[in-house]
Order: sequence, then structure tokens, then C-alpha cells
Amino acid sequence: MSLELVLQYLVAGLTYGTIYAVVAVGFNIIYNTTGIINFAQGEFVMLGGMTAVTLHAFVPLPLAIAGAVLVTMAVGGLIEVLFIRWLSAPSVLRMIVITIGISILVREGALLVWGESVRSLPYFTGDEVSSLSLGGVHVSPQVLWSLGACLVIVAFLRVFFQHTSVGRQMRACAANRVAAALCGVPTRNLVTLSFVLSAGIGALAGCVVSPITYTSYGIGTGLAIKGFTVAILGGLGNSTAAVAAGFVVGILESFSVSLLPTAYKDAISVAILLAILFVRPSGLFGSAEVARLEAH
Amino acid sequence: MTKARFAAAAIALAASVQVAAAKEPLKVGALLAVTGPASFLGAPEARTLEMLVEDLNAKGGVDGHRIELIVKDTGGSPEKAISFAKQLVEEDGVFAIIGPATSGESIAVKTIAEESKTLLISCAAAEVIVTPVLAHVFKVAPKDSYAAEMIFRRMKKMGIKRIGLLSSNTGFGKAGKEQVEKLAPAHGIEIAASEVYDKAATDLTAEVTKLKAAKVQALLNWSIEPAQAIVIKNARQIGLKVPIFQSHGFANVQYAKAAGAAAEGVMFPASRVVVAEALSGKDPQKPVVATYKRQYETRYKEDVSTFGGHAWDALGILVRAVKEVGLDREKVRAAIENMKGFVGTAGVFNFAPDDHTGLAIDAFEMITVKNGKFVVLGK
Repeated sequence: MSLELVLQYLVAGLTYGTIYAVVAVGFNIIYNTTGIINFAQGEFVMLGGMTAVTLHAFVPLPLAIAGAVLVTMAVGGLIEVLFIRWLSAPSVLRMIVITIGISILVREGALLVWGESVRSLPYFTGDEVSSLSLGGVHVSPQVLWSLGACLVIVAFLRVFFQHTSVGRQMRACAANRVAAALCGVPTRNLVTLSFVLSAGIGALAGCVVSPITYTSYGIGTGLAIKGFTVAILGGLGNSTAAVAAGFVVGILESFSVSLLPTAYKDAISVAILLAILFVRPSGLFGSAEVARLEAH
Repeated sequence: MTKARFAAAAIALAASVQVAAAKEPLKVGALLAVTGPASFLGAPEARTLEMLVEDLNAKGGVDGHRIELIVKDTGGSPEKAISFAKQLVEEDGVFAIIGPATSGESIAVKTIAEESKTLLISCAAAEVIVTPVLAHVFKVAPKDSYAAEMIFRRMKKMGIKRIGLLSSNTGFGKAGKEQVEKLAPAHGIEIAASEVYDKAATDLTAEVTKLKAAKVQALLNWSIEPAQAIVIKNARQIGLKVPIFQSHGFANVQYAKAAGAAAEGVMFPASRVVVAEALSGKDPQKPVVATYKRQYETRYKEDVSTFGGHAWDALGILVRAVKEVGLDREKVRAAIENMKGFVGTAGVFNFAPDDHTGLAIDAFEMITVKNGKFVVLGK
């Protein structure tokens, strides 16, 4: 295989990886605060994309995206207030069932509002055929946009969780909700905030990947499965790790296509996931301590 | 006889008198992928049926038989299609089933229809739906072997000898791939690379890169999902500049719109309904496609596709047969099997006991995309 081809496959892998990573990051935020997996995360991505497409008919692209992010954040907050906030000490299993229920609800709602057709935002720069040529390797500018958005999101979250008071309170909330509440942390509000935040990030992801993957009411499930796989692979709760894991999966999938029939692409990513979880149950970059903590 | 039993008998009698007053309804079931990856097929089909049934019923139905349409959304899943088919046959007792929209689903339900002697008029393309012929199974979409034939003729004219084939892992994709592989050698065309991708694929850069590495002279894609729009974008983005051919599954202008600038110049075979304006006044199909296009586009504010046309043809054929012989399933079956010269949106249908498709290769026209619109590809 020529160097040029290797790099081209690498670019394809980065494209897949970015899509997986931005979804995985959303899972991590809610997990970081509540310790649960929000299975409606894929629906936030869908809502962001669909709302932006609708708004773009009236306002310029940046405004449409900003609007879509705000609308989805509001929906995320509303979902938390309506379905989760009033539960006192819900079990993890119950929360999972509730979030799956919400995802079905949002999906069917979107079908009623937007119908079944497939839409997409225009390419942020250039159009469907434009690509940047970097030494014989061609990259769609939209891939760079997604990559950029992904890195900005991760940097923002890193600063937010490590260096701000609210971020630290959210982590405390995840580590031990009762203790956090005793220390005066407003745990309920923080859970709402985590839904708002992850809805916003999901929506932004939905906007930047929409020109590449298209958006329709049903894309949430597929994205959520891949994003969840990547989140687990990276080690739950760690956004930087999720991005790294996203790239690992994306690149492996892409190179697998060069050697094997495409039909094996998904089988390969799942096989890798299983293999890694056998060896490192806490994920590629998760610490053993976290895994132990979760066992309790 | 007890009182209760007498009362029941009286009610039953009264009910039967009432039914006799209005003619028995013509119950038509429709198995269509209204949502899901094949919704660009199933949704216009469902809308077309609803529009037609409403019109026919407003005019008093078919010879006084009101049409009762029961649409089931299969989401494009063969498993769902099977359970809905059983429901339509066993619970609703439908006279005929229109659909499914996709080949995979049609292959899955055809034996259910045959065993229950329910008429099935599929809107899907794969030849295996009606080969071997099952007495009660018909289809109104043109055969995939003809589509492949049309594409190869064009490639030959352009001097293309080495192609890359991409197809989706659906019934339509698999059946098309088989036809392409079977017919290619006869046209002196070599398939240098062949990849099957998932119907829900969201990016196919790696697949087109593989074709680029194989140095193909043209790309042929065979699928019905939005992925066929993604393929062309990705091919152009990595700088694969070869001509791109699509199957007749591309014949909904929504796909071209989704691929935007990348769709320009894509070639595919399709029936003439997508280029209705370009037809000459002498074309026998002109009045039919013009009527369908006008009615559909004024009502739903979206472009017609060949797929919606399949539903128009399927119901049209059924209605014509019922008008000819009345509401008797075996007679209607025989009437369809021997129907000649039915002018539909997909072409002129001439069925025969050994041909349950009824369309010849001239039902196809090679179409290309120009400025986001479908136009006839010159000779």
C-alpha cells in the first residue's frame, strides 16, 4: 500500500472517529454527574441537527447552529425536570429504563414534527465536492470542522470539570451524591445542569456532522450505540480518553476496510471492544480505582 | 332455540342485510417502508396510495366497491414486513397487498401471500421476487437485470472496462450485485473491486479509497438508502473523478439534492416518470405520467419519484382487474396475469403466465443529474 493510500485511510478513520467521539463525550458529562448512562444522548445529536436545518431556512448558519444548541439545551433541561428530578434516589437500572423511554419519546416526537425525510445542513466551507489536498491526501473541510469542534468541546470540558467550582461540584456529585449534598452542593440543580450541558454538546455535534452523515429523525440510536461503545472503550467519565478511543476505533475500522470486506467493519470494532474489556475492564484509559468504585 | 340464540341470529341476519345494501368493500393492505432507511421509497408510495384511494372513493369506489386501505409501516425491516403481512392476511383478511417497497421485504413475504392465496403486488425491483413465478405474486418495478443491462450498454459506449462496485447489505443491494456480477463478463467489463456496506452507513470514505486504489474507470453503486448520496460525496471528496453510475434506486430527486454538487453528472436508469416534461406528446406514457405528476406535486408539494409511481401502477392494475372480473380473487389473479397494454408510470405492462413483471427493457431510460435536476441522458 502506498503512503498516500495509508494516509487516505487514516483520514477516513479520523472522520469516523470524530463522529463517534463527539457523541461519546456527551455520554460522559451526564455520567460524570449522575453515574448513569443517558441513552437519549443520540437523540440530542439528532435534535441539534434537525433544529438547525429548520432554523437555517430563516437565519444564517451560525445563528441557526446557536439557536439549535439553545433549543436542545432547553429540551435537555426540560427532560431532566419532568422525568428525573422528582425521583428520590432512583436506582441505576430505573434511570436507564427512563432514559431509553425518553429516547423513544423524542424520536417519535421528531417523526411527527419533521417527518421521515433526510436533511442536512450545508457544508460550512465549500460544498459537497470540495476537498483540501494535503500532499496527495484529500480531506473534506467539514472533517476539519468536526475535528476542531471536537477538540474545542474537550478542552472546554477539561477546564470546566477541573478548574471551575461548578465543575468540581458536579464531580463531587457523581462520586457521592449524599456526601456532596451534606457539604451544601445543590445536587439536583447540578444534575439538571449536566443534562443541559450534554444536550448542548450533543446538539453542536449534530450540527457539525450533519453535512457528512445527514440527519433524520432516527439517526440517534445508531450514533448512541457507537458513541457508547467508544465511551466505554475510553473509560467512562473521561472525555479526553473518549476522543482518543473514538480515533482508535475509527482508524481501525477504516484500515479494516482496506484488508477485509466492509461487512466486517462493525464486527471488528465490537471485537476490539470485547478484547480490550477482557484485559482492561475499566477501559483503555480508565483507572482501576474508578472501576473498583463502581463495583460498590 | 333459546331466546338469546334467536336474538343473535336476528342480529346476524340484520347485519348481513345491511352489508348487502352497500357493496362489499375492496380491502387493500399496503406494506410500505414509510419510515426508516428506505423511506424515500415507502413514503411517496404510501402518499400516492392515500391520494388515489381518496379520489377513487370520492367517485364511488371500484364498481361500487369502496376501497378500504390499510397501510402498515414496516420501517424497511423484513421481520416487521412478515408479521404485518400475517396480520393483514389473517386478521384483516385483505383482498390484495400492495408492496413491500423493498426487495428484501418482498422476498420475505412472498410465500405468505402465495400460501394464503392473497394477491401481492410488490413495488420492489429484484428479479428473484417473481422468478420462479408464484401464482399470486406480481411486481411493478422494472427488473434489476434490465437496469444492469442499461448501465453496461452505456459503459461500453464510453469505453469503460474496469469498474468498482459498491452495494448495500439489503435485498435490493444483494440482488443487484448478483445481476451485475452475472452480466458484466458478457459486456467485457471487469469488476476490479466490490464492497458491500451497511444500509445505515454514514460515511464511506474508506470504501471509495479502496476503489481508488484499484484504479477503476467507473464507480457503480447499487442501493436505495441515503448512503448512495454519501458515496458520491465521498468519492468526489477524495478526488476520485471517474464517472459514477447508480442503480434505478437513485430515482428520487431527493437523493440528488442530498448529494448537492457531487451529484452532477451521475448516471442511472429509471422509468420516464422522473422526466415527465421531457416526454414527447406522442409517447403513450405521457398522459399517465403527466396526470400523476400534477396530482402528486400539487397535493404534497414535493417532486414525484419512480417509487411513488410504482404504487400508482400497482393499485391501477388491481383496480382494472377488479373492474373486469369483479371481487373474485382467483379471477382477478388470472386477469392480472393476462393483462396486456396497461399504461403505467413505469412503462407499458404486458403480463404473461411466465412473466409477472410485465415490463420490457424499454421501460428504462438513462437519466443524468444536471443542475440538481433529472434530465434524459443523450444518446
